[in-house]
Amino acid sequence: MSIEERVRKIVYEYVELDDKSKEISDDTPFTDWHLDSLDAVELIMSLEEEFDCEIADEDAEKITSITLAIEYIKKNV
Amino acid sequence: MGKRRVVVTGLGMLTPVGNDVKSSWDNILNGVSGIRPITNINTEKQAVTFGGTLDNFRVEDYLSTKEIRQMGVFIQYAMVAGMQAIADSGLEVNQANENKIGVAIGSGIGGLLNIEENTNILRDKGPKRISPFYIPSSIINMAAGNLSIKYGFKGPNFAIVSACTTGTHNIGDSARMIEYGDADVMITGGAEMSTTDTCVAGFAAARALSTRNDDPETASRPWDVDRDGFVLGSGAGVLVLEEYNYAKKRGAKIYAELSGYGMSADAYHMTLPSEGGKGASQCMLNTINNASLNVNQIDYVNAHGTSTPSGDITETQAIKLALGSHAYKTKVSSTKSMTGHLLGAAGAIEAIFTILAIRDQIAPPTINIINQDPKCDLDYCANQAKEINIKHAISNSFGFGGTNASLMFSKID
Repeated sequence: MSIEERVRKIVYEYVELDDKSKEISDDTPFTDWHLDSLDAVELIMSLEEEFDCEIADEDAEKITSITLAIEYIKKNV
Repeated sequence: MGKRRVVVTGLGMLTPVGNDVKSSWDNILNGVSGIRPITNINTEKQAVTFGGTLDNFRVEDYLSTKEIRQMGVFIQYAMVAGMQAIADSGLEVNQANENKIGVAIGSGIGGLLNIEENTNILRDKGPKRISPFYIPSSIINMAAGNLSIKYGFKGPNFAIVSACTTGTHNIGDSARMIEYGDADVMITGGAEMSTTDTCVAGFAAARALSTRNDDPETASRPWDVDRDGFVLGSGAGVLVLEEYNYAKKRGAKIYAELSGYGMSADAYHMTLPSEGGKGASQCMLNTINNASLNVNQIDYVNAHGTSTPSGDITETQAIKLALGSHAYKTKVSSTKSMTGHLLGAAGAIEAIFTILAIRDQIAPPTINIINQDPKCDLDYCANQAKEINIKHAISNSFGFGGTNASLMFSKID
């Protein structure tokens, strides 16, 4: 699986669209998907586990969409 | 102004004998056992390999993926039973009533499953891998918390934890809240997920459990001479309690009145019941007094009846001590013979069975009484439900620590 696919797979487990017909895009902010602060912490932990890395809190705060997560992984891991 | 009366208007349950009230009750009346081998954990090294587990329950039929991920299993069970009870009651929350609707749902052991899982993660992967949902998915009051969040119930919100008396205490105290005026409606009961590695091992170590591994269905045999301990069970029971006039005004269907509640402590031993059943007897008498009834008015007792060697004798003595000669006329049964012992949920599901016994005028059976213990000499409805007139019925719960509570339910005219 590519990095993109691996990130999407993890994020899709955490998000829940109220409107199922709504398009899921890599740029949709997590907040649109009703991800609360605890979900966000667990999502970052799942990314750390999947890519065997540690993401600092200040970096984690900036990872607010799939695109930004992919960018971070590509640059830092 | 007289005492505010409390009635029951909604029921919901998940038990080893059914995933809703109707199927559970049908199976109870037919004497069907819900005891089976435990499959959710590896029992190879356990002294006990069976329990009252849920059968073919699909939580995803009730909760979203996100809710399931954020809630310990006992909370999921509470949510499902709560959703069933609220739907059954027809209650609708709005700005006018939201502050007067509360939730009180307890659990005996709560999120022990999550505690085990996260302890393993801590040991294997370190503290940074502990889930942010670890605490909120484990702590016991989150069943009540999550149900209030889902529906917007802004009244009293709490959870009483008192071992095997948990369900009964939550229901009884909820009734008091309605009587006192803190709430007009309370959603209340108990939930338990008991078949976890340490829970099974812990109760087995305390020598509390039946070890009849070769014949699980007959392991829970209250008042039988060969009883050898209780059987762990999982599930939840939730009731909607309402102030009588409030229920009348909105045209709610009323199952029964919660007419009495009493409590006591044995002050005797951590796990053994007090000799002669004094503690339990006092508890029943307090309940009868609270309901302003006489002992000879009690038609049915849904016993704690766990199938332990000492507990069943003690409860028999307690019933005789409380009811005198009338004890021999009262029908007594232990539905734990079919469900196993749901710990913190036991009082809640048994309150529901007591209410349905009143509704249908039938005392459920105690199954697996093959050779009745001569020291246990009451009418336990052995192996067969009995159609009788039931106006007033008691549900008993007794727990580790010597904590006792009973509820009285009465037929409403």
